[in-house]
Amino acid sequence: MNDEQEKWDMEIISTTGLFEINWRELWQYRDLVLLFVRRDLTATYKQTILGPLWFFIQPILTTTMYIIVFGKIANLSTGGLPKILFYLAGITIWNYFQESLIKTSETFITNQNLFGKVYFPRLAVPISLVISGLIKFFIQFALFLLVWLYFLFDDDNVSTHPNNTLFLFPVYILVMSGLGFSYGILISSLTTKYRDLRFLIQFGIQLLMYATPVVYPLQIVSEKYQWLLFLNPVAIIIEAFKYGFTGHGYFSCSVLGYSVVFTMLNLFFSILIFNRVEKTFVDTV
Amino acid sequence: MSRTVIQIEGISKFYKTGKTSTGNLSRDLAEWWKSSFQKGYSGQNKTIQPNPPKYFKALQDISMEVKQGEVLGIIGGNGAGKSTLLKILSRITKPTNGRIRIKGRIASLLEVGTGFHPDLTGRENIFLNGAILGMRKDEIRSKLDEIITFSAVERFIDTPVKRYSSGMYVRLAFAVAAHLEPEILIIDEVLAVGDLEFQKKCLGKMKEVSHNQGRTVIFVSHSMASVKALCSRAILLQNGRVHLEGNSAQVVDSYLNNLMLRQNKFYFKIDNIHAASLLSLKIEDAKSRPTCNFLVAEPWQMKVGFKVMHPVSNLTISIGIVTTENIPVRTISSNPAHFDHGNFEAVFFEDEIMYAAGTYHVVLSLSQNGHIFQYIDTDACISFEDSLVSKSVIKIKNTGLILNPMNVPIHRIS
Repeated sequence: MNDEQEKWDMEIISTTGLFEINWRELWQYRDLVLLFVRRDLTATYKQTILGPLWFFIQPILTTTMYIIVFGKIANLSTGGLPKILFYLAGITIWNYFQESLIKTSETFITNQNLFGKVYFPRLAVPISLVISGLIKFFIQFALFLLVWLYFLFDDDNVSTHPNNTLFLFPVYILVMSGLGFSYGILISSLTTKYRDLRFLIQFGIQLLMYATPVVYPLQIVSEKYQWLLFLNPVAIIIEAFKYGFTGHGYFSCSVLGYSVVFTMLNLFFSILIFNRVEKTFVDTV
Repeated sequence: MSRTVIQIEGISKFYKTGKTSTGNLSRDLAEWWKSSFQKGYSGQNKTIQPNPPKYFKALQDISMEVKQGEVLGIIGGNGAGKSTLLKILSRITKPTNGRIRIKGRIASLLEVGTGFHPDLTGRENIFLNGAILGMRKDEIRSKLDEIITFSAVERFIDTPVKRYSSGMYVRLAFAVAAHLEPEILIIDEVLAVGDLEFQKKCLGKMKEVSHNQGRTVIFVSHSMASVKALCSRAILLQNGRVHLEGNSAQVVDSYLNNLMLRQNKFYFKIDNIHAASLLSLKIEDAKSRPTCNFLVAEPWQMKVGFKVMHPVSNLTISIGIVTTENIPVRTISSNPAHFDHGNFEAVFFEDEIMYAAGTYHVVLSLSQNGHIFQYIDTDACISFEDSLVSKSVIKIKNTGLILNPMNVPIHRIS
């Protein structure tokens, strides 16, 4: 009966190799990822009067508020850019990062019940969250583009000078997705055991926003300390994004390179940890 | 000879009891730092630890094989390890030791309607739920009409499921699950939901799946009748070990006999959602001696303990007596009454109805204004044996379930 040695489709054992991540299986579940994305997008605004208009209302209101509070009252510089364009650029990018991070960081907590009842590759959940975040981002980005085009073709305004680095835009998006995703799943893995982090994340993300040039331009930070801000890859991307579209901001290949490498390393380790936690998290929650 | 599709070798699952960690990151880190980098530190918790980590052995050294096309029933009392075994088989959690090898696509149904989103329509949920259970989108699309017909909720298919009645919700959910086409299907207690007609439909579908399509089914249930009816082979788990394995009828009977000898007190997990919750059930004879074996016509009593968390009015405690074939025989309810906070015991004393010989199991419920908010299908059984005492009962096979004598006047009519 040597035929009994024939191949088995699946083996369940007690230990998992550190690098044992079943990418093929994740690919088989791609429909699930897409359906999760659709659920996120359609369910969010069901039973609301304004529906998908909220995608626009949020950034518009936030921008207005920032113009009043940081622009008018605190009188912070916007680095030579029209206020509305400056804040909208920062908010659009930052919102995407923040939403990806917060949503994915709740992966295990909000899906406890689901994960306890049925198996599917757990990574499908955070991946779908980042994708639905990306769709929302593009909707809000369209708003930014409109404002940007207005200033671009406005003859009275000579402050907007797009340049070649604009072509790196897809890289910026990938880095932002990767960062939000990797921080998020790292935190979600740790919160299965340490609930403290859930409280930390709420104001941690607020603090991080002030450590990122969203409401102020990089130039107002003295050059001696700029590198401190650049430790945070989100800052690099926001500055590079503004630079590409308007010529105001900061761009350097080495700094951008650092953010890409940082993101990749971060992704690598977070996925490893997530992969470990997902196997037994049902027992610890 | 049909081939083996699941091979389980020495599976164990241990859970740490007590605290697994302090649950506080900084303290855990400090502990870890000290124990790994400070020589001579043996851990303040380790040296004078009041209770060293204890393990709860949910499963111990389980080995078995399942052949293709087989319907295997898994039975056992609460805490015997049935659910843990299913969770490991469905890859929700990992075993502590051992190995399982599986041939073919496996799908598990530990709950109906897993992942249903209340705001989405029935149609949208079919797709979502199907994908969660492992179906591809095209597969669902090709079966969509069939699923909708099976569920019998065509009219509401584009209505959000939160507006569904619970029956419609369950039917839709099962319809999706029934159209899964894995080679191996794992089912846990899902038949316990829904009405009788629906249960029959599910059983029929399961039979069809295993007999006509040659798929393998692993089925966990408290309903001994459905295990007997559906399964060719059964496994009895007890305290995390395989206690008995074999022909399903034999295993079920032995389990029931076993159960009766030992248990007449049952305790339930408190359900904190509602104002009151069932605590315990005791089966005793007329003189309050614990037993659950009676002679036909012998009086018995059941004492149902319950806890009232918040003052509640119109609360009714009910017990139901159900045959092993799942036929409800009798329902007894207390009068609706008001209860203040505290623990109570309701005593159901039966000295009127004579049940036919056999084993019956007990269901309990708490309800308010006719609405049942807690329902427990207990492991408790009560059994009656033929007694020689009651001469008025004519002994024939296949008697009715109720044997009370009746004065039957007979007179001639012209």
